[in-house]
Amino acid sequence: MKPGLPAVQIAFWLLPIAAFFLLPGYLVLGSQILIVSLFAMSLDLLLGYAGIVSLGHAAFFGLGAYTAGLLAAHGWGEPLTGLLGAAAIAAIFGFVVSFLVVRGEDLARLMVTLGVGLLLFEAANRAAFITGGVDGLSGVTMWKVLGVFPFDLAGKTGFLYSYAVLLLIFLVLRRVVDSPFGLSLVGIRENRKRMDAIGAPVNRRLVAVFTLGATVAGVAGALLAQTTQFVGLDTLGFERSADLLIMVVVGGTGRLYGAIVGTLVFMVAQDYLSGINPVYWQFWLGLLLILIVFFARGGVLGALEALWKRR
Amino acid sequence: METPVTAALRTESLSMHFGELAAVNGVSLSLARGARHALIGPNGAGKTTLINLLTGVLEPTAGEVYLGGESITPLPQHRRVKRGIARTYQINTLFANLTVLESVMLAILERKGFGARWWRAVKDYREEHGEAMALLSTLKLAGDANTRTAELPYGHQRLVEIALALATRPSILLLDEPAAGIPAAESVEVLGVIAALPADVTILFIEHDMDLVFRFAERITVLVAGRVLVEGAPDEIARDPGVKAVYLGKESLA
Repeated sequence: MKPGLPAVQIAFWLLPIAAFFLLPGYLVLGSQILIVSLFAMSLDLLLGYAGIVSLGHAAFFGLGAYTAGLLAAHGWGEPLTGLLGAAAIAAIFGFVVSFLVVRGEDLARLMVTLGVGLLLFEAANRAAFITGGVDGLSGVTMWKVLGVFPFDLAGKTGFLYSYAVLLLIFLVLRRVVDSPFGLSLVGIRENRKRMDAIGAPVNRRLVAVFTLGATVAGVAGALLAQTTQFVGLDTLGFERSADLLIMVVVGGTGRLYGAIVGTLVFMVAQDYLSGINPVYWQFWLGLLLILIVFFARGGVLGALEALWKRR
Repeated sequence: METPVTAALRTESLSMHFGELAAVNGVSLSLARGARHALIGPNGAGKTTLINLLTGVLEPTAGEVYLGGESITPLPQHRRVKRGIARTYQINTLFANLTVLESVMLAILERKGFGARWWRAVKDYREEHGEAMALLSTLKLAGDANTRTAELPYGHQRLVEIALALATRPSILLLDEPAAGIPAAESVEVLGVIAALPADVTILFIEHDMDLVFRFAERITVLVAGRVLVEGAPDEIARDPGVKAVYLGKESLA
């Protein structure tokens, strides 16, 4: 981790608060950025630290979304326990899937995660009597957050609620990546063979981090379900997994903050450019990706860091 | 000489076949506790494969590996490391983007069983940090502690190889050409560090430089085409006609 500059970090976390007051018309988009940031962070944990590539991470996001959505649609609209329920279901599923992922190489992992994502998507599609299928799950009625703050149409509660959950989980994940466990994940990414040779149970670590990544993704999905009071099939979709991978790479892997920055860049660009032309905007996204891979290997944050050092 | 007391590490008719190729073929080897044992032989003799079998990287197609009196043949590598078997690699197998200190910390934290702890930052493990710095000092690597491994000169990277193995506090150390690719003067230094390890640490090393072998080994096994050609004290090996034949290039004998 790059610990430095606590002032910059504090300022970073004050930005959403500033946005809350200065950009009241953008709170719905803002909440989505916060939620997807959390989702992206869960992928960064896998990709940026442990070196696990995934094209199916939306499976856990969607699972969390449907869990929280179904709970609320069937009479349990309490938000925090909804998050916990979603986390538990995503964790169990992630734990099971992890065994398919730990042994393989990159290509096998891409295929397995992609496959799991497709499986879950079609399962949700077929089980329309539970999930609402292509129409989506409606009738999600949320209770007040902490019994005090009702979700409002302007999205104020949703924004602050998402912000609080993101910040809390960020603080936990930062502990994790700075710990011996986090260092061992980097060790596995850097040289799995040597990790074996220093006595680390590599597969067990990978199972643990994959389960953790799935859990956090599930919480992010649940947040989306709760704040939008709707769950669509797209929460499980391939496009969501692929976009997520792009966000993490654009922001810079292996630094947690990169996931947030990448999400911000991606979603603001998407909102702005697709406002100009709803089809054409991916052209610029493609260009950005290619430029980053060739000229800024560490993504946006990697490039900033390089500039900072060169000063 | 070797007493019939239990060897530190022993193999019994150990074989490793890759399809038709018998890379290691019926090797029975015994390392006495505290041995300084060299493993020599021409390229392709199966030396590295043998180390991979001893460490559990490969599962033998036949035969057994015993640690003390107990068979460890089914144990995976990381379990064997916990029982005190460590190795280095002929080709640097390091954490390129970690600093030297982080790398050694990683090995120490794993040895202590802290590798799964997630609630305290690595930098707060002061005792382990002290141990890591002390180890780096003995290898004259203290000045490189905060350098990224990939940025180190090659010779220093070879020392990091050894540091990572030593950080596991092995009772048995398997060294695959520890001095490969570094200048002669430095290689004496590297092997000097190894020779200075506590007398009860058992060491098996692969080495091509015969000067180094005869200087540091108390016992030598010559491996040719996957089989033990001969084993003995250095002077016996030096006199052995079969060994001479192999090392004079008449490898058709093998």
